[in-house]
Amino acid sequence: MIIGRSVPRIDGHAKVTGKAVYVDDLPPRPGELWGVTVRSPVAHGTLRGIELDPAFDWSDVTVVTAEDLVAMGVENLVALIEEDQPILATGVVRHVYEPVALVACADRDKAERARAAVKLLIDPLPAVLSLDEGTVVQKKYRIDRADVDAALAASEVVIEGTYRVHHQEQLYIEPQGVVASWHEGETPVVHVAGSLQCPYYVHKALKKAFHLVDDAAARVEQTVTGGGFGGKEEYPSMIGLHAALLARKSGRPVRLIYGRKEDIEATTKRHPAVCKVTLGCKRDGTFEAIKVDVVMDGGAYVTLTPVVLSRGTLHACGAYRFAHHRVESRAVATNTPPNGAFRGFGAPQTIWAVERHVDAVARALGRSPIDLRRQNLLQKGDLTSTGQVLDVSVGGQECLDAATKAADFDRRARDLEAWNAAEAAAGRRKRRGLGISTFMHGAGFTGSGEHRLKGKVQVDLERGGRLRVRSASTDIGQGTETIFQQIAAEAADLAFEDVSFENPDTSKVPDSGPTVASRTVMVVGSIVQKAAAAVASHVRAKAAPGESFATAGDRLLAAGDAETKCLVQYVPPQSRAFDDATYQGDAYPCYSWACDVAEVEVDLDTFETRVLRLFTAHDVGKAINPVLCAGQVEGGTLQAIGWAIHEAIVWRKDGSIANARMTNYIVPTSVDAPEFHTTLVEVPYPNGPGGAKGVGELPMDGGAPAVANAIEHALSADLRWGAGVLLPDLPLLPENVFERARRAEVVS
Amino acid sequence: MKLQVNGVMHEVEASPTARLLDVLRGPLGLTGTKEGCGEGECGSCTILLDGLPVNACLVLAGQAEGAEILTVEGLAAGQLAPLQQCFVDDGGAQCGICTPGMLIAAEALLRRNKAPDDAEIREAIAGNICRCTGYQRIVDAIKHAAVVRAGGAS
Ligand code: FES
Ligand code: FES
Repeated sequence: MIIGRSVPRIDGHAKVTGKAVYVDDLPPRPGELWGVTVRSPVAHGTLRGIELDPAFDWSDVTVVTAEDLVAMGVENLVALIEEDQPILATGVVRHVYEPVALVACADRDKAERARAAVKLLIDPLPAVLSLDEGTVVQKKYRIDRADVDAALAASEVVIEGTYRVHHQEQLYIEPQGVVASWHEGETPVVHVAGSLQCPYYVHKALKKAFHLVDDAAARVEQTVTGGGFGGKEEYPSMIGLHAALLARKSGRPVRLIYGRKEDIEATTKRHPAVCKVTLGCKRDGTFEAIKVDVVMDGGAYVTLTPVVLSRGTLHACGAYRFAHHRVESRAVATNTPPNGAFRGFGAPQTIWAVERHVDAVARALGRSPIDLRRQNLLQKGDLTSTGQVLDVSVGGQECLDAATKAADFDRRARDLEAWNAAEAAAGRRKRRGLGISTFMHGAGFTGSGEHRLKGKVQVDLERGGRLRVRSASTDIGQGTETIFQQIAAEAADLAFEDVSFENPDTSKVPDSGPTVASRTVMVVGSIVQKAAAAVASHVRAKAAPGESFATAGDRLLAAGDAETKCLVQYVPPQSRAFDDATYQGDAYPCYSWACDVAEVEVDLDTFETRVLRLFTAHDVGKAINPVLCAGQVEGGTLQAIGWAIHEAIVWRKDGSIANARMTNYIVPTSVDAPEFHTTLVEVPYPNGPGGAKGVGELPMDGGAPAVANAIEHALSADLRWGAGVLLPDLPLLPENVFERARRAEVVS
Repeated sequence: MKLQVNGVMHEVEASPTARLLDVLRGPLGLTGTKEGCGEGECGSCTILLDGLPVNACLVLAGQAEGAEILTVEGLAAGQLAPLQQCFVDDGGAQCGICTPGMLIAAEALLRRNKAPDDAEIREAIAGNICRCTGYQRIVDAIKHAAVVRAGGAS
């Protein structure tokens, strides 16, 4: 079995020797220019004009503005869901850092100076800077199942709470960037190579803007990518278009790579959200009805907001059983940079709310947070908020059991309480606590998404009995290359070494759909499996008695046998259709499940939190490569912890960012990170390769609520607070926890 | 100017006030050393300068003259060094962009401490940000490499 084995990652050797070529490692091309972006300093305003400083020497500088797009016949549009975002602003600017002009010069320093010599004439208009002020609705959804109002009216206990979450920056360590060139000729060809997750998104955006009809007229190639986490899902289309425009106008290759500051300022972030939750239950803790009201901040343009909001909506009732559900959600526009894809994609926001709310209910009922979760956790056969019957691969209970067992929860909680008492008695100011969260994450695209996507992969036989996997699914660190090779080798009954992975390049791979939504292994992997098996069995069927696989394969290749290649399109499993109007039906093919247990230490003077240990169990169906899989779980969980206690974007009153540097946008270091105790639970999903389902996003969902729950446990002997939870809002920065603690009653 | 990198003396055309990072990545073609922030915060440009880990984005090329520079390209002699092998085997590298700097920081640690414990390892790489792994597997890989370097079982 190759599936289930932790084979070392294929790209490991290149990465540990420094040979892996990231975008900025591409050797300079002859005549290459350095591109920079001129951005709006104003959150909202009328763009009256653009002036080039007459004192500056523009002779060797290429400048592109929206007017040039008109002159070049380029459609000023970044193609995505809604057609509302221009490539370069014209007439009006809608957020600070909005691109208004582009500049390129062979001399990098001069390009930077040229940027400063472009003057934007903008008359400011009133700006909306937070979702509380937002009135323009970008998208809304409604789920209404059974009779929530009647059920809440009849419930023995009804608890309400409001929970807020903040922006989060992806902070991949490799900033965004591309190198582009434009080849004139009878049929012009634009070529973009860069750090990106979804080559075909960029491809589509290029085709649309430049009115390219032929698929081959745009070529998009992924370079080794230094992290993405969603941040390189949609934004590379913008950078790709910018670099391509400069390349077209100058006739030279253009390198456009963001510095860290520009990357933090201009690119997308996690959507902030406010959720109001009302939950009705019996006095014995049995949940009956839930009502959730969600508002997200979409930012200045729609980009991926409808899809993020959709996922947030579908995860808003958490991993629990209710007979009555209502979720009403909307995203509003603000004059801040568009928020976009970030691991979890709307789910961490609503899961934060529902998990915190379950803790509030536990408190109100005097129940342990574990028992209340165990009592209400979705089981096989239960219905979700969309009326989906959970008939397959439902591992929530297993995860709860595995994580609490690994943590030895009850004993550890008692030990920590005893430790706290001893600390208090000795006059010391550290307190420890244990917290929990349980959660699930829909794997793959929502509803009818996969039907529309029609993701494809191709597997080719090559000389020597080898197979090559051609797919647009990118490896951005998660190990796609390695895992696809494992899946293909297993399906073809070949050695791991006999399979290779084509670099995602639109001129060489079919459109497998984007590398998002925890769909790569489960969805694309399943067609890799089919295609590899088809090619291999064809070769074996045609082999003469005694002829080896390699010899037979070479013979078929020489004869031009068409079935030595196999293109497979994904066909979603038969399921109850999802109705986009009512938001009822099978929202996802299946769900992945998890439970986090966090042990924290809080300083009663500084209110700083450290997460000491993190016990987590993730039901991934099947871990194709356990080392890589656990790496996803731990990395994602640490991002969630960072979001909870370290990370915060500081917005100035003018809509700009005050801490766009790694010095002051703080992500966890090795010293901040907890010791991880990771358990992989495998409740197989029959349609995934080897039983696998999605894992990419799930780990981002539960870290923050588990930590909050643990902080409250740590403080519970010293503080008493009223109804609800002490910490309803993120981030849990020391000053925020202090503020909440200050309002509580000190009991020790 | 002359720079000794990975045991080889190089004659390079560069201004002594250029950042060492740019000289390594540019004229010397050693792109293994990465730039994540350009201001000494991420550690992805970590190199050894006379055995001490420094951020190459904060060092001027002139300051490195006469010193011995070690970059990620100098770690493997023919085959992967144990540290590199352990990173590959144990899941210490995901996207890999922090890996060169991380390896160099770990190399510096293992040179001065042959059997570091978890806390010492975490301290030694605290200046190297990794956004992918959660660090656990990096810590494990370094610990594992220490055992292999000491002649223990791999
Ligand atoms: S690039 Fe030198 S520390 Fe970040
Ligand atoms: S492996 Fe991606 S930043 Fe460390």
